[in-house]
Amino acid sequence: MSSQAVLNTGRPSAPRYVEDVIRAAVVLSMFWGVVAFLAGVVIAAQLVWPQLSFDSEYLTFGRLRPLHTSAAIFAFGGTALIGTAFHVVQRTCRARLFGGAPLGWFVLLGYQFFIVTAAAGYLLGITQSKEYAEPEWFVDLWLTIVWVAYLVAYLGTVLKREEPHIYVANWFYLAFIITIAGLHIVNNMAIPVSITGSKSYGVWSGVQDAMIQWWYGHNAVGFFLTAAFLGMMYYYIPKAANRPVYSYRLSIVHFWSLVFMYIWAGPHHLHYTSLPDWAQTLGMVFSVMLWMPSWGGMINGLMTLSGAWDKLRTDPGLRFSVTAVGFYGMATFEGPVMSIKAVNSLSHYTDWTIGHVHSGALGWVAFIVFGTLYYMVPKMWNRPAMWSTRLIGWHYWIATIGIVLYITAMWVSGIMQGLMWRAYDELGFLQYSFVETVAAMQPFYFIRFLGGVCFLTGGLLMAYNMWRTIRSEAEVVSARPHPALAA
Amino acid sequence: MFIRHEAIEKNAILLVVLTLITVSIGGLVQIIPLFSIETTIERVDGVRPYTPLELLGRNIYIREGCYTCHSQQIRPFKDEVERYGHYSLAAESMYDRPFQWGSKRTGPDLARVGGRYSNDWHVAHLVSPRAVVPESVMPAYPFLAEKKLDYSDIAKHLEAMRAAGTPYTNEMIANARADLEAQVNPDLDPTAMEKRYPRAVVGKFNADSTAITEMDALVAYLQMLGTLVRFGDIPPERLRQ
Repeated sequence: MSSQAVLNTGRPSAPRYVEDVIRAAVVLSMFWGVVAFLAGVVIAAQLVWPQLSFDSEYLTFGRLRPLHTSAAIFAFGGTALIGTAFHVVQRTCRARLFGGAPLGWFVLLGYQFFIVTAAAGYLLGITQSKEYAEPEWFVDLWLTIVWVAYLVAYLGTVLKREEPHIYVANWFYLAFIITIAGLHIVNNMAIPVSITGSKSYGVWSGVQDAMIQWWYGHNAVGFFLTAAFLGMMYYYIPKAANRPVYSYRLSIVHFWSLVFMYIWAGPHHLHYTSLPDWAQTLGMVFSVMLWMPSWGGMINGLMTLSGAWDKLRTDPGLRFSVTAVGFYGMATFEGPVMSIKAVNSLSHYTDWTIGHVHSGALGWVAFIVFGTLYYMVPKMWNRPAMWSTRLIGWHYWIATIGIVLYITAMWVSGIMQGLMWRAYDELGFLQYSFVETVAAMQPFYFIRFLGGVCFLTGGLLMAYNMWRTIRSEAEVVSARPHPALAA
Repeated sequence: MFIRHEAIEKNAILLVVLTLITVSIGGLVQIIPLFSIETTIERVDGVRPYTPLELLGRNIYIREGCYTCHSQQIRPFKDEVERYGHYSLAAESMYDRPFQWGSKRTGPDLARVGGRYSNDWHVAHLVSPRAVVPESVMPAYPFLAEKKLDYSDIAKHLEAMRAAGTPYTNEMIANARADLEAQVNPDLDPTAMEKRYPRAVVGKFNADSTAITEMDALVAYLQMLGTLVRFGDIPPERLRQ
């Protein structure tokens, strides 16, 4: 079984695998994580204290919000994915990265250049205004080049593998790389106003543009934030728990059903809009069905712990990964519920959506990255363990409390908003003006801000712990006390 | 079935090809018919490409990320129709590149904000939102009122829009600069511009400045939103998709 192949992979000799690129990706991902959380806290604060934009054109919510989402998804998540993909593919294939260190560095640094140019653009007002695809045409072109290099490095390594089977984690990473390439190219097709200017006009317009954007947007969730991180789950949870994947058969069903169904779910972002009903209904039906493969994956991840549950007490890094899978299950139940048109009529346009996204982004994506990095850092720097296990425990609880504050505040404010918008008084008039519903959100926006501060604090604890671990003395194998000599 | 799966696990190219096929089906089924089914966009009169001034105003709306808090899409619910006006038609955004339907209403929907408030109200509100609406959490945009609008390459914008498929005529492109100025400068005759762009709103939108500012363009855009289709004239069956 392919899962056992992973467990048998011994520690390779250093020059066999490209590792410097991975170490750099780990550190950069941590850095971008803190940036993303900080940007989130800032814009959460701006919704409580709107004066915090200081009348500056560079600090408005409208410009900082894409900065926050891109920093979280593409910088923090994406850099972690590049690092872990290179780590996983070399080990599960027992092959050095195709193209070696030069191609690896090109992918990682080229991707960092994409992030920096995109982020600088947002602050300067250079944006396409397509959610999660805001960068303008020249940044998109650059990302396309980097992404092709990423695919070449990854697929090239799989092709020259010494292991006969392609391990399940690689299926997910491959599906992620291929699908994101297609989504990115189709959604971003545009005609620049001039070759020396940043502005472009998209080739799609109106209702077709809306459908293509949310076909892209939902599958940025489905393939970037889900499939790829499931690849992470399928490698690092078995490694950290030292157990094989629970069910090989389930992972096959999970993979094919997930990649088939996710792509249909986009129109649930467009319920009751000018998108024709048939497309909305298709989107809803597939979104509800998507619950099943999602939970199949969750079960496969959680049950991998069977026989090793005690590790949750001693390994707080693994606790992050397992909690992440729990949040994944929760978010992938909430999602199908919200995609039902009757529910969506209430939830759409409200903070409920924001809460849902964050139970996925904080609970699932960030937690699985935290768990993975806590596992990787000692391994990659050849240290016995993280500098402080207690600090990981603190991080875990502060971050979890932050998430709970965040999502409960958004549930309450979102549902309240939705109900207030549609409330009628006894005379048959709309009961609330719009601005009354804005004012009613204030306490919840403050609670959300507190949740964000907790999550950011946890991120800083982790960064400090990582820094101390890397700065500490390397484990010197020969210095281990020999049992015979010690006695 | 699962024994055969081994073949896929041992052949990377097969895995890639099968994955590509699997992920393509949903998108193809949902997207292609939107281009081929004629009723996807309702056949109503009045929708026209943006005037040069409105187009640049729209670009400022995009630049400032207004879509992060404001939708432009009214759903067919009693409360939304009462609050915002007739539900949105696909036809009304057919020249929108990209669309601005939005996904969040931290602020109200703007699909039909055109003509609801005066130009002066918009300028005062954008310069200092809480001076007009005390509970507002909107950022202030005082810089828009001072920044001069850059329309040096306006014809190129129209050309790019046309290359993407928007029906700007040669005449519109040739007169882009003149039309922009005619819409906002009260000393110029707007007749020719109004003929090319019916129902365009003419005026000095930002009365605080004699120059053509970014504020003029943005308010011109806001003032036309949702005003092009006259719903009183349309038989209901024409709205069916």
